[in-house]
Amino acid sequence: MFEYAPAPESRDVVDIKPSYQLFVGGEWVDSQGENRHKTINPASEEVLAEVSWATEEDVDRAVRAARKAFGPWSAMPGSERAKYLFRIARIIQERSRELAVLETLDNGKPIRESRDVDLPLVAAHFFYYAGWADKLAYAGHGPDPRPLGVAGQVIPWNFPLLMLAWKIAPALACGNTVVLKPAETTPLTALLFAEICRQADLPPGVVNIVTGAGETGAALVNHPDVDKVAFTGSTEVGRMIARSVAGSGKKVTLELGGKAANIVFDDAALDQAVEGVVNGIFFNQGHVCCAGSRLLVQESVADELLDALKRRLATLRLGDPLDKNTDIGAINSAAQLAKIRELSDLGEVEGAERWSPECPLPDRGFWFPPTIFTGVAQSHRIAREEVFGPVLSVLTFRTPAEAVEKANNTPFGLSAGVWTEKGSRILWMADRLRAGVVWANTFNRFDPASPFGGYKESGYGREGGRHGLEAYLDV
Amino acid sequence: MTTSLADVASSNVALRNFLHGLPGVDRVGADQRAAMLGTRSIKTTAKAWAVDLAIRMVDLTTLEGADTPGKVRAMCAKAVRPDPSDPSVPKVAAVCVYPDLVAQAVGALGGSGVKVASVATAFPSGRSSLDVKVAETAFAVSAGADEIDMVIDRGAFLSGDYLKVFEEIAAVKAACGEAHLKVILETGELATYDNVRRASWLAMLAGGDFVKTSTGKVQPAATLPVTLVMLEAVRDFLSATGRKVGVKPAGGIRTTKDAIKMLVLVNETVGEGWLDPDWFRLGASSVLNDLLMQRQKLATGRYAGPDYFTLD
Repeated sequence: MFEYAPAPESRDVVDIKPSYQLFVGGEWVDSQGENRHKTINPASEEVLAEVSWATEEDVDRAVRAARKAFGPWSAMPGSERAKYLFRIARIIQERSRELAVLETLDNGKPIRESRDVDLPLVAAHFFYYAGWADKLAYAGHGPDPRPLGVAGQVIPWNFPLLMLAWKIAPALACGNTVVLKPAETTPLTALLFAEICRQADLPPGVVNIVTGAGETGAALVNHPDVDKVAFTGSTEVGRMIARSVAGSGKKVTLELGGKAANIVFDDAALDQAVEGVVNGIFFNQGHVCCAGSRLLVQESVADELLDALKRRLATLRLGDPLDKNTDIGAINSAAQLAKIRELSDLGEVEGAERWSPECPLPDRGFWFPPTIFTGVAQSHRIAREEVFGPVLSVLTFRTPAEAVEKANNTPFGLSAGVWTEKGSRILWMADRLRAGVVWANTFNRFDPASPFGGYKESGYGREGGRHGLEAYLDV
Repeated sequence: MTTSLADVASSNVALRNFLHGLPGVDRVGADQRAAMLGTRSIKTTAKAWAVDLAIRMVDLTTLEGADTPGKVRAMCAKAVRPDPSDPSVPKVAAVCVYPDLVAQAVGALGGSGVKVASVATAFPSGRSSLDVKVAETAFAVSAGADEIDMVIDRGAFLSGDYLKVFEEIAAVKAACGEAHLKVILETGELATYDNVRRASWLAMLAGGDFVKTSTGKVQPAATLPVTLVMLEAVRDFLSATGRKVGVKPAGGIRTTKDAIKMLVLVNETVGEGWLDPDWFRLGASSVLNDLLMQRQKLATGRYAGPDYFTLD
């Protein structure tokens, strides 16, 4: 038996303070309120640090700092702004090990993913938008596109630092200043990013970080001096935001939930399709808005594919997220674990067949085994609602037209995957799938040059690429 | 499936239809999977276990025009006792030589348990007549070779004459008698992973006991993704036919890290059933000293200089 010995990444590379203040106007400041909360390691429930939950006054102070910084920052030549962004990108690369360990501690995701996926993409995003800062006149929005002003940005807990990069890099490149609120369960990498802004000598007030939960977020998006609201998170909260900013003149982009179909045809490269299905739903414990949570497999290869998938799932390694050989880490919070359990139990009640590999779970922390539901029908709730966990619903189809019909038959429309060796079929499918991203023979691949965003209840606006500039320019 | 497989070699058309009916291999996906497995971190006890297993899997190889009886004798001594200062180091699996040196190797290894493998069939290009290839195989077997490493006719394969490749492998297999047959695909010349999968199935259908990546004379040789595709093929062949076939990556495996990556690939693709020298071999020579060096480092905590390991 080839048992891999424990190979934990050292947590000594990161220095976590016992408590954190808010980052406003380039300084660490105390919250006006008394509301302090502990952020924990979801893999062990160990307390990592204490953070403030910013009040309305704190948010107002941050927005004023951002407004004050906006004038000089937006007047600065793009080539100068680019230098700051390049500098931030390089510091992120230099400190990537530290950031990766901190992300894994606070979020529960495996170090292999934070090290090999999140951090390289974070740095790449800053490098990419740094390149745009002095080329905005060539972005297709006229010869001299102007920034919007102060952006209020609210990000989720699934990719804390990556979502920060998606929000902050284009905003700054276009000349906006930002107030960003990280998720309440994963504030720590955003606070370390604040340190990096100081290290890069970014002018005070260009980036402000206010920690907190829903009320802090509401105070930020409802602040009258915020010109732009950018949100990534649940469709439910996105709806509230859309309602509250309606008529305010604020520009809004929302990147919300998903229930993506990963569609496997009978002529697919089978071994790679299995990998793609695994990566589609078990990457980041399924805490991915574009996760391939519905597997649509052509009935003629369904048994073969499911056998291969189950064989593959038996090799997934669940456990200590800091171990370099871990594939599946911890669920981010007790609340999320409860939600995954509830929907999974419902799947069984509704008559789908549940399967998980032999998979002992650690005693402490929040864990859920990789799970497959077979015999799922479109009418089951596990086929319709976003589970946001390592739970795959398997449905079958007979023809390409039926695959399209089933894939589109959802209120969401963020992403889709198509697995076939036939190029013409990929194009035919991509034309018909109502999803912002269609991956062909791959899944969950991201690149800063590629726009990302949804149809329908998955939100509006695009992040990434040239398209992502539009959200931060007055066009 | 077993019954239908009996007919696949009835004609070139039937063989072609079968091989082209196998699921394709997506290069990007296969490369990604191999690269991901290459990031596994194998430390301490796991590493010690893997290093010893890797040593036991080595086919210690010399395939030079300049090979002499003296060179082969020296290599055989190393194969039996890789580290003269440490008797706990296991023997390697086999030595691999040209046919005319098989008798030397058999003489030097007699009774040691280390097998003698011989390349044959107009190695490395395979450009000769079937009669010559069969005669060369018979010559190596009669000289005492336990294993024959044949090369396939890549020209025939690439021109679509699968039946010719099949028949050559079957003929060589017949000439092997008791000797085990390893079929070298020379994946560097087949170029695509689809071809690697088809050639693997072709070799297995024709009776090969092992599929082997490369001669070592062509680059690229034993890459991780090519080995992955071949492991998937032997896994699928076992479930289709009930017959188990071994895999031998050869060429380009130089460091302990390379060797351990191969073992991880085996572990997570086909499982422990193949983690055995009977079913997985590493065709290499220079990797052995690196394995010995890492073994000593694990035991003592210190690296010895290269002069403390023998160069044979």
